[in-house]
Amino acid sequence: MFESLTSKLQNAFRHLRGMGKLTEANMADALREVRIALLDADVHYKVARDFLDRVKAKALGQEVIQSVQPGQQVIKIIYDELVALLGTIHADLDLGGNPASILMVGLHGSGKTTTSGKLARLLHKQGRQPLLVAADVYRPAAMDQLETLGRQLGIPTYAPRGEKDVLAIARGALDFARSHNRNVLIFDTAGRLQIDEPLVQELVRLRDLVHPREILLVLDAATGQEAVNVATHFDQALHITGAILTKLDGDARGGAALSFRAVVGKPIKFVGTGEKLDDLEPFHPERMASRILGMGDIVSLVEKA
Amino acid sequence: MKGLFAKFKAGLQKTHSKLVHEIKRILSRSPRLDATTLEELEQALLAADFGVATTQEIVEAVRRAYETQGPAGLDVAAIAEREVARILASPRTELRKAAHMTTVVSLVGVNGTGKTTTAAKLAHAVRQQGHTALLAACDTFRAAAIEQLKLWGQRLGVEVVAGAYGADPAAVAHDAVAAARARGIDYVFLDTAGRLHTKHNLMQELQKVHRVVGRQVPGAPHEVLLVVDAPTGMNALQQAREFHKAVPLTGLVVTKLDGTSKGGMVVAIQRELGVPVKFIGLGEQPDDLQPFDPEQFARALFAES
Ligand SMILES: Nc1nc2c(ncn2[C@@H]2O[C@H](COP(=O)(O)OP(=O)(O)OP(=O)(O)O)[C@@H](O)[C@H]2O)c(=O)[nH]1
Ligand SMILES: Nc1nc2c(ncn2[C@@H]2O[C@H](COP(=O)(O)OP(=O)(O)OP(=O)(O)O)[C@@H](O)[C@H]2O)c(=O)[nH]1
Ligand SMILES: [Mg+2]
Ligand SMILES: [Mg+2]
Repeated sequence: MFESLTSKLQNAFRHLRGMGKLTEANMADALREVRIALLDADVHYKVARDFLDRVKAKALGQEVIQSVQPGQQVIKIIYDELVALLGTIHADLDLGGNPASILMVGLHGSGKTTTSGKLARLLHKQGRQPLLVAADVYRPAAMDQLETLGRQLGIPTYAPRGEKDVLAIARGALDFARSHNRNVLIFDTAGRLQIDEPLVQELVRLRDLVHPREILLVLDAATGQEAVNVATHFDQALHITGAILTKLDGDARGGAALSFRAVVGKPIKFVGTGEKLDDLEPFHPERMASRILGMGDIVSLVEKA
Repeated sequence: MKGLFAKFKAGLQKTHSKLVHEIKRILSRSPRLDATTLEELEQALLAADFGVATTQEIVEAVRRAYETQGPAGLDVAAIAEREVARILASPRTELRKAAHMTTVVSLVGVNGTGKTTTAAKLAHAVRQQGHTALLAACDTFRAAAIEQLKLWGQRLGVEVVAGAYGADPAAVAHDAVAAARARGIDYVFLDTAGRLHTKHNLMQELQKVHRVVGRQVPGAPHEVLLVVDAPTGMNALQQAREFHKAVPLTGLVVTKLDGTSKGGMVVAIQRELGVPVKFIGLGEQPDDLQPFDPEQFARALFAES
């Protein structure tokens, strides 16, 4: 992959040496290759278009440095722009308030329950006293699933079986936290479609009851063009504070990360890299940029340019 | 079936209304085929997760067909619809039934796509057709995977064969198939664990499950259904390629089509691998599964109603 996009760009710029400036005409081929790479990586087509417009504007203003391949210089512009858009490393969570609350939201099967367990583990390691709260009253055995993770971690889980009212669960959890000295509550909510108004309103009521400092959208790294709709709707309804991108241990290129950032502008705080409870890492924009472009370690190449 | 058909249409209407809207806008503004119309058709297809390669081929086919048919011919949307239906057409979309023996159906796929739910829905569907069914809890890894399937079994009145957590999935499959044969049960559905197609050892584990049941019943598993969810983008093709290599697939199930995701990536999958879509998932209830109808799917993508 590394060779392919890079060499395609080199090809596109083969005749450029010594000409002094990148022009619209000699940029067109290169940008077409980059556009395909972005679309193949599931970057939303409108996000890709805006991105390339910005890259083009930047590149056209630049002199071609004689000592380097113009292709590499354009790669550097693209890469830098992508990293900037993807944001900075944001592993820190806002845990103000006592107790602090974190709401995990997202589509069905994106990884909310598993990631709740992973976050509980991380916070526990940081010396906090987390409480896992089973606020999914729909999926069969959702409470069992979270409780199993809690047991594996030795972290308490509030899972009132048979309770069908999410707000009643939340009130019970807050009481439990107070009486058991738990200072961070992680609410695992049911998967839902962003267009399912009654279920989205359930989340709004839950938020208004517990006043979470963090509302995290759990997004599958393999999400396609839909990522924009999902991110927009959840953010409009809930004012999310960030996202966690899951299943990055696969080979999905993860263009959804760029779509998310472009439409919501909130940080991606963590990435999930496996099914096990320690498979959670801080988000690295540089790695994500290389991945989306379908390149290996391009940092060294970029440093030369 | 009438109620189900209405549900299918309602689901797809939601799913595709945006795309239909875009195509209609293209047509009402510009009935003639020009560069802008083609570009807008291309964008509509990209937005539906058709991917760059498939999109370009469809756009090209539409252009050619439009140019050769003369001014009195079909409009752009009709041609595009015909093209998609042509790619998705297959004579093999029914669930197979092995003659005079237990039919073994294996549900496979990456994490969280809807395998367990689809196994339950299929068991429900074959029972409604007068057959008997059994569910095999071959996911012995994920937290509460066994409880989840058992709850489905209780809800539907279908027997579930399960082992212990950490047990060999192939042993569970073996026990389930043996139980089904002893009792003359028509269908066994293997609910396998979610696994990323990039994990070699997990793919080998799946091969072993299939090998074991293949020794018990000639031709088993008779169906290997890859469950992909509609929000997935281009990675779905990679998933299908790798699963097909490891455990030859007989069909696809596209879940979560009750959302706004369009599921366009199945067109690329069927085009490249020739694996037909057999069912679509339209919700979390037992009835929310429909046989796939390519013409209906294409019509819903491109037609007015
Ligand atoms: N490979 C991999 N699998 C993951 C990751 N995160 C979660 N999973 C798996 O994805 C599947 C779905 O995860 P869940 O945590 O149940 O997802 P959920 O969002 O809670 O699902 P619902 O409650 O049904 O909406 C499970 O098989 C998890 O083991 C990850 O980072 N990598
Ligand atoms: N809206 C909608 N949700 C679905 C559909 N099919 C499954 N789901 C939901 O998707 C989530 C994951 O479904 P599961 O059946 O547990 O998925 P799985 O593939 O077995 O997951 P793992 O075993 O963890 O890999 C659950 O919340 C289901 O209720 C569907 O067609 N539409
Ligand atoms: Mg869950
Ligand atoms: Mg499952």
